[in-house]
Formats: sequence, C-alpha cells, structure tokens
Amino acid sequence: MAKARAIVITGNGTNCEMEAAHACRLGGFDETVIAHISDILTGEVRLDEFHFLNLTGGFLDGDDLGSAKAQANRFRYARINDLKEHLIDQIMRFIDAGKLILGVCNGFQLMTKMGLLPAIDGAYLTQTATLTFNDCGRFQDRWVYLKVDPASPSIYTRGVDRGLYLPIRHGEGKFVVDGPATLAAIEGKHLAVFTYSDATYSAPTMEFPLNPNGSVNAIAAVCNESGRLMGMMPHPEAFLHRTNHPRWTREELPEEGDGLVLFRNAAAYVKANLL
Amino acid sequence: MAQRIEIALKEGVRDARGERVRREIEHFFHLPVREVRTIDVYTVDAGISQEELVKAASEPFSDPVIQTWSLDRPLADGFDYLVEVGFRPGVTDNVGRTAREAIEYITGRPFAAGEGVYTSVQYLLSGALSRTDVERIARDLLCNTLIQRYIVLDRAEFTASGGVAVVVPKVTGETRAQVREIDLNVSDEELMRISREGVLALTLDEMKVIQGHYRDPAVIAERAKVGLAARPTDAELEALAQTWSEHCKHKIFSGNIEYVDENGNREEIRSLFKTFIQGTTRKVREQLGERDFCLSVFKDNAGVIRWNDDWSLVFKVETHNSPSALDPYGGALTGIVGVNRDPFGTGKGSKLIFNTDVFCFASPFYDKPLPSRLLHPRRIYEGVVEGVEHGGNKSGIPTVNGSIVFDDRFAGKPLVFCGTAGLMPATINGVPAHEKFIRPGDLIVMTGGRIGKDGIHGATFSSEELHEGSPVTAVQIGDPITQKRMTDFLIRARDKGLYNFITDNGAGGLSSSIGEMSGECGGCRMDLSKAPLKYPGLDPWEILISEAQERMSLAVPPEHIDEFMAMARRFGVEATILGEFTDSGYFHIMYGDRTVAYLPMDFLHEGLPPMQMRGVWEVKRHEEPAPEVKEDYAADLKQLLGSLNICSKESVVRRYDHEVQGGSVVKPFTGVANDGPSDAAVIRPVLDSFEGVVVSHGICPRYSDIDTYHMTANAIDEALRNYVAVGGSLDLVAGLDNFCWCDPVQSDKTPDGEYKMAQLVRSNKALYDYCVAFGIPLISGKDSMKNDFWDGNVKISIPPTLLFSVIGKIDDIRTAVTMDAKRPGDIVYLLGKTGYELGGSEYLALKGYVGNSVPQVNTAEALPRYRALHRAISQGLVASCHDLSDGGLAVALAETAFAGGFGIAAELARVLWSGDESRKSDAALLFSESASRHLVTVRPENRDAFESVMAGNCFSSIGVVTEEGRVTIAGLSGTGVIDAGIDELKQAWQSPLREL
Repeated sequence: MAKARAIVITGNGTNCEMEAAHACRLGGFDETVIAHISDILTGEVRLDEFHFLNLTGGFLDGDDLGSAKAQANRFRYARINDLKEHLIDQIMRFIDAGKLILGVCNGFQLMTKMGLLPAIDGAYLTQTATLTFNDCGRFQDRWVYLKVDPASPSIYTRGVDRGLYLPIRHGEGKFVVDGPATLAAIEGKHLAVFTYSDATYSAPTMEFPLNPNGSVNAIAAVCNESGRLMGMMPHPEAFLHRTNHPRWTREELPEEGDGLVLFRNAAAYVKANLL
Repeated sequence: MAQRIEIALKEGVRDARGERVRREIEHFFHLPVREVRTIDVYTVDAGISQEELVKAASEPFSDPVIQTWSLDRPLADGFDYLVEVGFRPGVTDNVGRTAREAIEYITGRPFAAGEGVYTSVQYLLSGALSRTDVERIARDLLCNTLIQRYIVLDRAEFTASGGVAVVVPKVTGETRAQVREIDLNVSDEELMRISREGVLALTLDEMKVIQGHYRDPAVIAERAKVGLAARPTDAELEALAQTWSEHCKHKIFSGNIEYVDENGNREEIRSLFKTFIQGTTRKVREQLGERDFCLSVFKDNAGVIRWNDDWSLVFKVETHNSPSALDPYGGALTGIVGVNRDPFGTGKGSKLIFNTDVFCFASPFYDKPLPSRLLHPRRIYEGVVEGVEHGGNKSGIPTVNGSIVFDDRFAGKPLVFCGTAGLMPATINGVPAHEKFIRPGDLIVMTGGRIGKDGIHGATFSSEELHEGSPVTAVQIGDPITQKRMTDFLIRARDKGLYNFITDNGAGGLSSSIGEMSGECGGCRMDLSKAPLKYPGLDPWEILISEAQERMSLAVPPEHIDEFMAMARRFGVEATILGEFTDSGYFHIMYGDRTVAYLPMDFLHEGLPPMQMRGVWEVKRHEEPAPEVKEDYAADLKQLLGSLNICSKESVVRRYDHEVQGGSVVKPFTGVANDGPSDAAVIRPVLDSFEGVVVSHGICPRYSDIDTYHMTANAIDEALRNYVAVGGSLDLVAGLDNFCWCDPVQSDKTPDGEYKMAQLVRSNKALYDYCVAFGIPLISGKDSMKNDFWDGNVKISIPPTLLFSVIGKIDDIRTAVTMDAKRPGDIVYLLGKTGYELGGSEYLALKGYVGNSVPQVNTAEALPRYRALHRAISQGLVASCHDLSDGGLAVALAETAFAGGFGIAAELARVLWSGDESRKSDAALLFSESASRHLVTVRPENRDAFESVMAGNCFSSIGVVTEEGRVTIAGLSGTGVIDAGIDELKQAWQSPLREL
C-alpha cells in the first residue's frame, strides 16, 4: 500500500525540525523525513517523492536581510546539482500536483516572501504581502488565542470548532499587505484562516498582547484558495501534548495538544486524495 | 568600484527601529527629537554587473511590500542630521556575509578574494538638535566606537556632498608571515616590559621560568635541529602566555594557598580545585557507590552524567564578562554561542537542548557619575540582553532558566553567565559517546569560520582588570548561523563515525585547542599557512591565538578524511586540514616549510610552577539595625516586590524563545495569567518519552558582604530547593560551580588581596561541605578571577559571586509542580523553620543595612525534608510549591497568591521558629531569608496523606488559599500586619522593568 510521506526541510538556521517531524508522525504520516537543504540541492532527496512539505520555524540565514529573505532568494536561484532545474521548479511541480505545504513562523515568512501566499487567483511567485517587525519592537514568546474562520478553504482546520491556543515566538510577525485589494481578496475568499482573538475566540483583536504583533485585521494565518498551502505565525508543533500548555498544572486538559489537529487533517487529506 | 545600495521603508510604514532609538535618545539625553527614521545600506565591493546589482537590490535586499531601494542614489530626505554607522575593518559583519551569499546565488559564481559586501545603518534625526548633541548621540548611543565608525552630516553638508561617500571597510595588508624572535636574556624590568607591552599577562616568576627554559643547552640543541635559534619566537611566547593564562590555566585555583582563619589557625591548601572541587566529586561518588551517575567529569569541555540507559546529559556554564563590558552586544552574543560549543565539543559531540542565562548588572537607573571607559549600566543591560537573545534564539536552543541580579558594584564589570546542556546517545556505533581519543597520524582539521584578528589576546586579556587601554582586538562577534550550519554537519559526521576527537576553539584559539588535543597523543605538527583567513596580513602568531568564532577542531583518521571533506562541502561548511597529530613530544608549528614554534609538550602543559598565595580571614561587623516594630508591613512588602532583585523580569524573559524543540513543560512563567515566576525549568528532550530534565540555579552575592562561606551554602541550597520545588529527583542531580571573583592576589593594586583570598577559600570550603552533605557531585565549572575595574584612580570590585547550577532528572514530567496557588480552600504549608536571619537580606538592603545574621543552611534537616517533599510531589499530593528566597515568606506568599489569581490568609503565629525566641518578631517572620524553606499548597482531601509523607520533618500549616484576591497576614498578636489586594501586589512586582 502506498505511504503518506511528509518532509521537513532543515538547514541554514531552521530550528523546529524535530518537533515538526514528531507532529507529522503523531498526525498519521506513514513516513517523515527530515532533509537538510543540501540533500535537496545535491538531488539526493527529491520533493516529488513526498506529499506534505513542512517549512518550519527558525532563523533562516539569521533573518539577516529581513526574515527568510535569503532563503527565498536561495529557493529561487539555487540549482539542483544533478538535474537541470532550479529548486523553485520542484516546488512549483509539487504545488501543481495538488500536494500540501505548511509554513510555520519562519516558514510562513518564507512562503509569503516567495509569493506562494496568498497567491490570489493562482498568481504564484508575486509577492503581495509580507511579515515585518512586531509593533512592540521586540521578539516575543507568548501564547495566543486563534479564532478560526470556519468558512476558510484550509484543509488543515477541518473540525476545528472555535479556535486554537498556541504559542508565537517571533520578532517579525506583523502581517501587512501591498494594498486594500489584496486585503479585500484575502477576507472575501476567507483566506485569513486564523485571527488573533480574545480568550473566548469571540472576535479578532488588535490589543497587545492578545495580538502580539499588530497584524492588519489581526491576521495570524493565511491559506491559498485551494486550502492546501497554509502559512501561520503561531507554532502548532509546539503544542502536541497537554504538558506543553502553560497552565497544564492547573487546568483539566485533553491529553492531545491543540496543534496536532492540523497535522491529522494533513495526513487524512493525503490519504484520501493523493495516494 | 564599490557601489551603495540603500533600502528605506515606504512612506507610512512604521519604523520600529527608529522609534526605539528616539525613545532611547529621550531617555538618555533628554533631547528634543521629533522623529528618527532608518535606512539600511549595503556597500558592494565586487565585480558584478549593473543588472545583477539591481536584482540583488530589488529581490533579496528589499521587500517590495514595505520598502524601496536605490542604487548609488541617496534616499535620505526630510531630516536635520544624518548619522551613518558601519563596522570598522575586520569586524564580523553577519548581514554583510548573508548579503554576499545572496548575490552569489544570483550570479551563480563565488566572490573573488578581497571582494565583499559591507553593511551600515543610517539614522535620520529630525528635531532642534545641535551638532554637539548629534555627535553625543552617535558616540554614546548609536555607535560603539570600539568596533564601529560613524559619520555625521547635517542637511546642508549632505546636499553639498551629494549623499554619504562610499566607504569600504576592507582590511588591507599583505601576508609577510613575519616571525620575530624575542631576546629574554635581559633584566627583570625588561622581562616585565615584554610581558606588559605584549599583553602576555605573565608574571615575573613566569617570565623567568620561560627565560630558564630557553637557556637550557639541551633545549637549544633540539631547537637547532628544526632550524630555530635559541631565542623564543613570538608564536612560542604567545602560545605559552595563552596556555599559562589565568583564563586557561586557572592558576589561582591550582596554586598553593596559606589560609589563616579568624583565630590565627594556619592551613596549607594545595590547589583549591583539587582539594575542594574535585575532592567534592570524589567523595560524593564514593558515597553514591553503585548509584554513581557521573560519566565524564572535569576532563572535557563539559561534564557528562547518565540520564537513562540510552542517553547522557552534558552541561556547562561559562562567563563572558570582560568582552561584554566593552561591547555588550557582541560580547554577550559570543558568550552564548561560545558556551554552545562546549557541550557540542564534549565527548563525540551532543545535541544542544537548552540554554540558561544569569546576568549581574548595576541598576539600569544608575544616576551617579561613572569612570571614563565604563558604559552606562543601562546600555550594558540592553546590549547583553539583546546579544544573548540573538545568539540563543537564532541557534534554535530554548532558553529555559535564568535570572538577573542587581548590585551597583557590577558597574565595574557586568557578569554574563551563559550555560548550555546537550543530550548525547549513551553509545554511538557501539562505543560510549562521552569518550574520545586521538591516534598519532590522525589529521588536524578545523571547521567553521575563518580566522581574523578578532579576539586576539582574549584569554590573556580576561585575566586582567579593565583599564583605559584595553585592546580593541579582544572583542569578537559571534555568528550563530555559521555555527548552526557547522553543527548540523558535524552531528551527521559524528553519527557516521568520521572523526575520533572534537573540541571547540574558544579562548586561545588553535593554540589552546590543538595544544590540548596534542596532549592526548603526545604532539602535533601543524602548518598555519594552510589556515583559511578572513583577510590577508596576519602573522603566524596571530593565526595561532586568534579567537575568531564558530570553529571546532577535530582529529580525523586518514581513512575517513575524503568522506568528511566531501560532506563538509555539501553542507557549505569550510573544513581545512592543518596538519597531523604525532607522538613526537613536541607542539610543532610550521608556516609553510618553516618552523615557527617548537615547544616540548611537557613544558607547555606542566612547565608552570604553582603560584604561592595567602588568605587571611577576619570577621567584619556591620551595623546592626534596631528591630523594627510596625502595625502594617504592606508598604514594605510592595517596596520589596518592586526592588530590582525581586521584581518581574518578564520583559526580558519573553524575548527569549523558551519553547523551541517542543519539550517545554515548566516554563519561566506560570499561573492563571502566565506571569508568575517559576522556580526552575522542566523540559522533555525526547518527545516520545515522559522522562524530563530539570535545571535551576542559586546566586546570592549580597551574603558575601558578611561571609562567603554562607553565601556559597545559600547558593547551593537555593539551587537545590528550586530544583526540588518543581519535582526534580534527588537521586540524579549534579552541580556546576561558576566562581566570579575580584582579584584575590595581594599586590599594590589589590591591598586587600589577603582578605579576598580568604573569601575565596571559605567559599570553596562551603562548596565541599554542602555538596558532600547534599550528595551533589560537581561535574564541571569555571572561574573568572579578575572582575575589577581600575583606571588608576577608581577601583570597582564586584562582590564575590558564585553561581551554582544544578541539573537532574524527573522520572515523569506529568508529576511536575508549579508555584501558583491552584484553588480556594487549599491548605498553605510552610516547610522548614524561620529564624532571625535578616543579615544580607533584601529587607535590610531596602533599609540601607547589611546586618550580620546571615542565613545558615542545615543540611541534616533540609535533605530529609527535600526527600519527603519529593515523595509528596511524585505522589501527586502537592498542588503548588514555591521556594522562599529574596524577600522571605511575605514575598513568597504574595507571588503564590497573585500567580494563582487567588488570595491567601496566613498567620505568623503558626510559623515554626528556630533560635532565640526573644528575636522573634513580625518583621523577622515576614522578611527573614532563612534557607531551605518551601511554601506548599495542598488540597484539603490530600491533607492526611501529605502530612503523613512529611512526618518527622519541620513543617506547619500556616493558612489557606482564599477566593477573594487579597493577601492577609495576621501578626504574632493576632491582628493583621498585611492586607493587600493581589492586583496591587502584582502591579508593584511587574512595574519596575516592564518598559525596558
């Protein structure tokens, strides 16, 4: 029987590969590979062999040119050694094959700056949004309430009732767009999958620290119109077990953490549609 | 011809960096600045086409949504003054390095030698400022002239010159590979001049030992065989100075000390390190017998203990004080990425699982005059916090534990303790992973960054006090990404068994790493002309001792070298073969085919005679304040909660990623609003197991003013009681000692050296006494012995400080406990007795006193109580547990209550008292800092079970958790002495550092 296969790309400052891979395994992927970018550039590992690509958190190239900028440049210009193609060709082929990409934190920044999100009307590789410095001017590690948009096409949030509680850990998480048209399209097409909200998931908020970065319209996550590509600043792979919750010693919580549902949905989607 | 690319924010986009600078100008200079905007500048000095430059500017260098770019056209507009700050030649420019790589991807070809990208930042200031004001802002805030340069232009000058001129801070020079010989057949005065002017930091006795070596006819004959004259080369003197430096050799800890106590009793101590530190571990391991869990102690870069059958734990804590005083950001960044390499370079190498940081600063609100050369404590605070933030976060290692200690004597030197733990497989390819070896014939390989003049004389320099002429080159700037790339690669090479030995290049550079590695097999032969350089112009001795960062040294067997080098290339990591290990008995250093150093291994490592020192103890009496009797202590409690040493450090802690790697269990902050202060950290490093690692620390330099013996006892106890509070097991817990002292060697500069030495001896005695009694083996540690400032007039010595860290295990993380009160009706217990021990307390400090009654630790009572508490926690009987330390019971009650979002009603009459009844008072019960106490809350239904587990130990129930959010404490007479709402208490605790 065919296997659902996930890949986590690491290297050059990616930091969350272990827990992202763990999340894929717990979520139901039959096989999960942590591949160093050099394994991909040498052609040893090919994205074509996988169904679910994780672009996970970290500080790619130190975020030296702005978060994830140098990696976006690498993805665009780096050649695969033994194949006559650029890395970006493999990624576009992956998208065209209807496969899944989840970008978390630095991965979301990367997808946005490569123009993979929001990619309205399928306009890939044209950047229309960005993630920039938090309004508070500082890196922040704190937990946030994320209200889900139940009408979003995201395949990752199926069955999420009201929202998720997850940590953010970033200095450049403020989501902004190039103009009102992009924002209108994101909201009109329900692509803003999660917004920062109050503890009851009742309404999006601009209030610090509930909204830790000042994102426009409190946007914390964005998907494309197919729902298969999603980027989010909060870290689902950081809340897989109840003991990750900051108040697990005082609240009655289910054994499983809020973040796992996204990976379960990804695995279920792959098994139902791509095998 | 170099070209400038400028990147500015689009109109209407918020400039967070500019806003922060504007706030700081207001804070520091009280100057009227209306606005500060910033522009990033890339100066590209490389042969690339215009089209390629445009691509670089418009794609990787700028963000089309929020930024605009220009090529050779200034973007600055609408300002009164412009300040541009860039690096000096040769200073590590991480952004410049990334920018260069980005261009290389675009062009598809590497930069040629000498080509580069250099970054600078423009600050556009608007407001009614004078040139003098702007010069001051540039010099004292925007630019650290030690490593950076700046230019100031007003509007008219800017217009007249058509923008800022292109500056290429390229290191120029050519490699002459000059080797000097130094004549040591000179007078004693001349010997000292050679040591001083060469920043060798060698004493006259040491210089004479070296002089003697080079006069030995046998030595002269051996040298002639390799073509060397009788006189030492500069490379040899530098290697000896580095190897024999206090920083590397720990001469004070390994020397001989005559100690005289307060009664005139004399004692001869041969090496503090061997007697008290190694001695502790030897004794504890004997006591542990079959339960001994130490695997590798004192012989590697970090200590290794057994965590379970499959995994070993590695831990090291280091300091980086002197560089942080000069360049707080770069110094602290280097401190954290430097200590990362210690566990990484231990055994065959370990995966890094957490960082801990402890900083000691003067008050950031310090408003008295400072000696020249000293940076304002707030700049140090800002720079250190940010440097460690970047180093830790970018490396993907969670920062799980730490603290900040304030005392104005740390204005002389801040203390920056950075610790890192690693996890290594118990065995790799069937061999214990904590063991390593070198065989003659193994190749010397250096990986990671290139060598420059950065950090030259770092090791000898940190062995001296700071002064006006402290060298610029002593500062290095770390590069976490180059290091991360290297460690990603080396972990793979480790698992494939491609190398035999690994160690880091830290203080002393290659001289130190290869010198120590050569000790494993009896020699080496290394060619410095093969070493990759950042720029030309380094002499061999500089290559040998440079402390350029992000490098590891390895011994690679010839049969694996091809695979190793190929893998390095694939990962984009530079690896260079520098020579081979031998059994010749010589540290043999070449430059091309010429020998530049030829030192017998035994002279290099064993040639230094032990120092002779003296310590004389005297008991100093401080003014003892009259007992205070008041009816209401609420104001005192709020003042204490708002004191710098007790108040919330959340504004700093939230800037550190404490959750990466996904194993966070007890976080730095806890409770109903995620803002109560945890006692210790618990993490789960292996995500499919419930076994956890617990880490905590103790530090209390204030007690040193009374007696360093009890300071040390309290630091050890504080670390252990924090560890026990969250559920750490007493069956597997190890300690690390970090001594930061002021110079304890009697001299003209240090007339009170004998007293300071006695303080050091007493601290060591306590370390032995209390670690043996608690059963804590010491597995690693470090000392930093010259934490003084001296400019010829003013001397500022830090208070003697011991940071005691503990690391251990919790069998099941699901039994961990946090400090927040959990529900109304829970019973509040105080474990341990309280005595009149206000000496050195935060309470007396608030009143302007030191006092004399320093807290004393009674291990015979504490240890069984800690064991009982651990049983109660493991059985799930404890709802919350908080240690009592700074500020005593009153502070602990307040923190437990406001963290939980409930009140507590307590009665001081129910607190167990120890010692003289006549000194029992409300103030002593509330604020005394008696050791070994915990505040515990227990659900009423668990009362009997809890009390039966604790039976036989000192404890009493003192109150109850209440629904109403008030802390109410009844005094001895039964009437209330404190009644305060938890919101106002929390506010007092959170406000002092919230905005920093």
